[in-house]
Amino acid sequence: MLELYLFLIFMLVAGIIATEIKDLLAAVISLGAVGFSVAIIFILVQAPDLAIVQIVVEVLTIVIFVAVILRTTHIDETIKEKISGIQVLAVVLYGAFAVLFFIAMVRTLNNLPPFGHPIMKVANQYISLGLPRTGGANLVADVILDFRALDTLGEATVLFTSVIGVVALMRKIGRRQK
Amino acid sequence: MTIFVFCIALFLIGLYAIVTKRNLIKIVIGFALIEYSVNLLFALIGFRRGALAPIITKVHTTHNFVDPIPQALVLTAIVIALGTTAVMLAIALRIYERYKTFDISKIKRLKG
Repeated sequence: MLELYLFLIFMLVAGIIATEIKDLLAAVISLGAVGFSVAIIFILVQAPDLAIVQIVVEVLTIVIFVAVILRTTHIDETIKEKISGIQVLAVVLYGAFAVLFFIAMVRTLNNLPPFGHPIMKVANQYISLGLPRTGGANLVADVILDFRALDTLGEATVLFTSVIGVVALMRKIGRRQK
Repeated sequence: MTIFVFCIALFLIGLYAIVTKRNLIKIVIGFALIEYSVNLLFALIGFRRGALAPIITKVHTTHNFVDPIPQALVLTAIVIALGTTAVMLAIALRIYERYKTFDISKIKRLKG
């Protein structure tokens, strides 16, 4: 499990770099480092389907980010300016909320079963009935395509809605000329 | 338990980017970080020590699998995260075309 912790620490460092660096392209590359380390962690916790989907989605995300940045600017000009009062207030409020959130989340996660020993009440049903009821050997695919297929229909709806939104926002025809 | 703290830390880094950064691209990066942290938390909750990935290779044996339900839910969430990120970036690009800046403190004037 040592490699799991190594990738988690790498993920945190890349996340901090992604938020703080001045060059937006470098920030996007750091975001890609976070995403790919998440994909490797998925492999380490025995979730190969998630790792495949995460790699595909991560590549697409990076491509979209880079396309937007190449069409606009790659310098974050808000970094070097001096800090205003409202920004200090935002950081202070964030710090207070972060401490409260951290305490609440630690107390909540203490009530969960410990890492490595999940409660598998529903999952045992799916594992025993997955192959005879659906005929699929991959239980994750059984769940998303058969037991919870309506959920996947909703996912497809959201995805197509977002595609329609992007097309409507990026259209050239029918936009008012200035 | 300690491994879940990493997920909370990544969530808080993303929230920091959303709340205090003034660059639109940095805010979208913060949203992406939060999505990763929640997906990772779900996958870690479903992990079982010494178990295999939930793919049946031998019939008529006792199976020792990790929990497949969080994986199925996260699979949906990852794809939805891609959709939301694409829409946010499209809006950011339109704002840049109109105002020539990503700085949200300079995007104040109404333009019809």
